[in-house]
Formats: sequence, C-alpha cells, structure tokens
Amino acid sequence: MEKPIIATIEKSVDEAEEIRTIFIQHTIQAKPGQFVMVWVPRLNEKPFAISYLEKDVLGITVAAVGECSRCLYEMKPGEKIGIRGPYGEPYHLQENQEKGCTMIMVGGGYGSASLTLLAEEALAKGMHVKFILGAREKKRLVYVERIKKLIGEENLLITTDDGSAGRKGFVTDALRTLIEQGEKIGKVYTCGPDKMMKAVAELCTAHNIQGEISMERWMKCGFGLCGHCCVDPLGFRVCVEGPVVSFETALQVKELGTYHRMQSSRKEKL
Amino acid sequence: MKNPTMLASGLVGISGAACVFAAQHGAGAIVPKSIGPREREGHKNPILVEFQGGFLNAVGLPNAGVDQSLIELEFAMKHCADKGVPVILSLFGGTKEEFGEVAKKLSTLNPAMLEVNLSCPNTASDFGRAFALDAQHAADVIRIVKQNTMAKVSAKLAPNVPDIKEIARAVVEAGADAITATNTMPGMVIDVATGKPVLQNKEGGISGYAMKPIAVRCIYDLYKTVKVPIIGSGGVTTGNDAIEMIMAGATAVQIGTGIYYRGIEVFKKVTEEMIAFMKKEGYASLHEIRGLAHRE
Repeated sequence: MEKPIIATIEKSVDEAEEIRTIFIQHTIQAKPGQFVMVWVPRLNEKPFAISYLEKDVLGITVAAVGECSRCLYEMKPGEKIGIRGPYGEPYHLQENQEKGCTMIMVGGGYGSASLTLLAEEALAKGMHVKFILGAREKKRLVYVERIKKLIGEENLLITTDDGSAGRKGFVTDALRTLIEQGEKIGKVYTCGPDKMMKAVAELCTAHNIQGEISMERWMKCGFGLCGHCCVDPLGFRVCVEGPVVSFETALQVKELGTYHRMQSSRKEKL
Repeated sequence: MKNPTMLASGLVGISGAACVFAAQHGAGAIVPKSIGPREREGHKNPILVEFQGGFLNAVGLPNAGVDQSLIELEFAMKHCADKGVPVILSLFGGTKEEFGEVAKKLSTLNPAMLEVNLSCPNTASDFGRAFALDAQHAADVIRIVKQNTMAKVSAKLAPNVPDIKEIARAVVEAGADAITATNTMPGMVIDVATGKPVLQNKEGGISGYAMKPIAVRCIYDLYKTVKVPIIGSGGVTTGNDAIEMIMAGATAVQIGTGIYYRGIEVFKKVTEEMIAFMKKEGYASLHEIRGLAHRE
C-alpha cells in the first residue's frame, strides 16, 4: 500500500556542518541505492537515500537546505514521521569479479550516503573496495570515520576543492590517478552532484571502465505515476527506472549536469 | 490511432520526453499534463496516496505555463508522430478567457485535438468551483475554446454532478466534438496515527479500480444522450476494463493509474488483452462492441 507508515525517530547524529543522520525505528527490506519517501505531516514529503540499514533501524542523512529538510534536521528523538518505500533500482554489484579487482566508490558530499551502504555490501561479499570521498571543504566531509573503519584508512582517498583536507582538487583527479597507476578496477559507482557524476562517467567511459551513477531529480510520487522525474531526452522515470543507471545510460541523459526540473516542471540550469 | 488506449492527462506526461516514453510503451495516443496560462507549481507532496481500491491524487496542475511548454509539446508531437501516435493537448484556465488564450497558443502547434480540463477537483483553493459542475459555465468555456482553435475539442467532465447528461448536452451544443468521461472523484484519506489528511492538499481525486464503475455509468448515460465520441477514463487496468467501457459506449479509453498497477507497458498489455478477448468472442471490430450494453 503506497501510504506512509508512521515511525519514531530514535536519535540523530551530527555528520558535518548542517548535516545530520536521523535514525528511525522502522523495518525495511532495501538494497543500497534505493530510496524512501519521508513525510513530515502537513509540511511536505521528500525522497532520501538510505544511508544506514540495520535490522529494525533505518538511517537517512539530511542536510538542512530547505524547509522540509531543515524540519527533519531539527527533529528530536521520539518525534514521528512517515516512511514509504523502498523505491527504485538499486546498485548492481558485479558478481564473479576477477581476482584482485577493486570496486571504487566515488562520493561527493552527502551523496556518499548510498555508496557507504554499498561498500558494506561489497565487503560482505568479499570484494575489495576503495572509496574516493570529496567535498568542497573539510567541514562538509561526511562518514570519514565510518568509511575508515569499514575499509581501512589506506583505502579511503579524500579530496577537497580548497585543500582543507586530503588532496586539493576534485574526486576525478583522485580517480584519474588510480587509473593511471594501473589499479585493476572492477566497477565504479558514483553519487553526488550532477556535474561530478557526469565527469566520473566520462572519465571511466574513456578508459573502458564500467560503472553506475545514482541520479537525483525532483520527485513527487516516488513510484512512477506522476512523471515528474522523467529525464530528457530518454524520458525514463528516475524513481522507477533509476535512480541508479549505468554510465552508458547516464551519458545519454542530456540534462545530466546541465539542467533539472523545478516543482512546476520548468527547467532550471544547474 | 493504432490502438484505443491513451495516456490520460495528469500522469507521466510532464515533458516532451515523458510523453514519448509512454508512446514507446504502446500508448495509442498521448494526452500530456494540462497546460495553463502561466507557470504553476502545483501542490506540495504528498500528491498521491493509495487506499484499498485506488489512489487519491492532488498534483495541482503543475506546468511551466503555455509559452514555456510549447517547445516540450512540439517535441512530444514530433516524436510521437514518428511512431504513429497522435498527441491531444490538455488545457485549463482560471477564467473562461484564460481557456481561450491557452487554446489559441496551443493551436499554433496544430494538435490532433484539444482536451479541455473543465473538471480538476484539486484546485478549488485558487480557482474556485470547477467549470464542469455547471452546464452554463462549462458550455461558455467550450464556446470560447472553439472560437480560438481549428482543432477538434473534447470536454473533460466531472463525475460528481447530479446529472452529467445535462452538462454533456450543454458542451456539445457549445461545439464540443468529443467528451472525455471522466475526471477523478473528490475524496480524502486521513492517516489515523497522526490524525492528519495525508495529501498536502487534504482532498484529492480518486482514480484507479474504484473509479471504473463510476466512469462506466457516466459513459453509458452519455452514449444515450449525445452523438459525439466518448473517450472513457477511470480505472482501466485490463483489456476487459477497456472492453467494458466500449460496451458502455466509449470510442477509446484513457489509462493513468493503471501504469502503477501493471507498469508502463500497461498500454501494450491492455491492447493485447482486448485483441485476445475479441478473438475468443468472435468480434471482428470494436464497432461491433461499441454500445453493446445498450442493445436489448
């Protein structure tokens, strides 16, 4: 039944400046890359990637950027919200990898939410994982300790635009270095700002490396009826056929990194 | 039309590419979302919620405004035409004059037909009572639209009126070339855990399974009342649903919520099921079935 299930907030944990993960008492069968619709009664309902998934607790990471996300950001333990989902196409971990191949996660800002979950799944399947984590500046980096604990400090590569942490530059710089160093790459997964994901997809495609991106578009229903997240020019619904799509598909989405649709459907340049 | 299923207005058809996506999946015709005179955000989420028997929606007519939408609609018409799929442009206005203004602008694209949305149940807060609830107002709108277009015009009527026949007679007299029957039916879903209406607009329009018998009854009544083609809309999910509407008197059917129940391929599935039904029952054409329920 496509109707919010009311759940209680267990706790919220600061991740970075104006970014928090809220943990919700809610049992859900979901895969990394899928999302949930989170309802703040009488205010709004928005899609969120699942960033933590335990037996009876669900974590979503919220940046206080709009009216609804600010309200969620400030919610206290015991408060109630509605959850629907999970929705969408998850990431596809490449099974039967050649020995010695590395899965590379490339996350920008809190876009790393779904990738952190994916890294957990890859590790559980015995895969080798490296994580390139980027942000504009140090105080916007999320999940650093979590990822270190998961894959070891040596497998986490941090980049910041201003050099306040890790390597100064973009995630694509770090990825290019890995490729040039001859890292045996299985597949690359990326989630973050449009332009970053597009650059990652282009770089990998130029080197014949397969991978997937997780797209973000204005969503209303989340289950493929309203059509609001259909992308140009292929017309597919990000909430059903996505949000995870292959690099090959992503690079045919001409609006990726260029524009997106607002609440009315008007296009706005990124 | 290569098959009698259309994408109903209000779902999926937000952009040119989205319309082509539905056409690729078998829709025989496409009705994009309704276009109004200026940009409109629509309602905040939640805009859709399910209940036992259907969905309730209050999307609130989001659109970029007619001037900004022309390029999208042109894209839809061009690429759908390549697939032999006509596009029927849906329009709305806050005033009678606005309907005329939007119709005039949309007609520059030479659409196969205009569908006049007289009956959105979710915009009372800013537009007031829907035009389709009053025969005189509905007829006035159709008259103005006809004065502003060379295209055929279908009037999309509301099911929640004391006598849909009266409204239909009035719009046909005013020049409507077809009737779309019907829009959704007003309803509300309250979440009992919080005591709050789920839709941000509080009330919405019922679509899906629960709408079908309501729409079938309207189509049946209209078939007896007016001579123009009737486009059935409300809860069509299977081939048998479509056949049922055609037996009531519909010429074609629209599908919206059925996309949820059976995927975007619903148009192809319904068409195949209709063909299978006709083969099994020995019908050679839809003509033999149309209005069958009226024969003694």
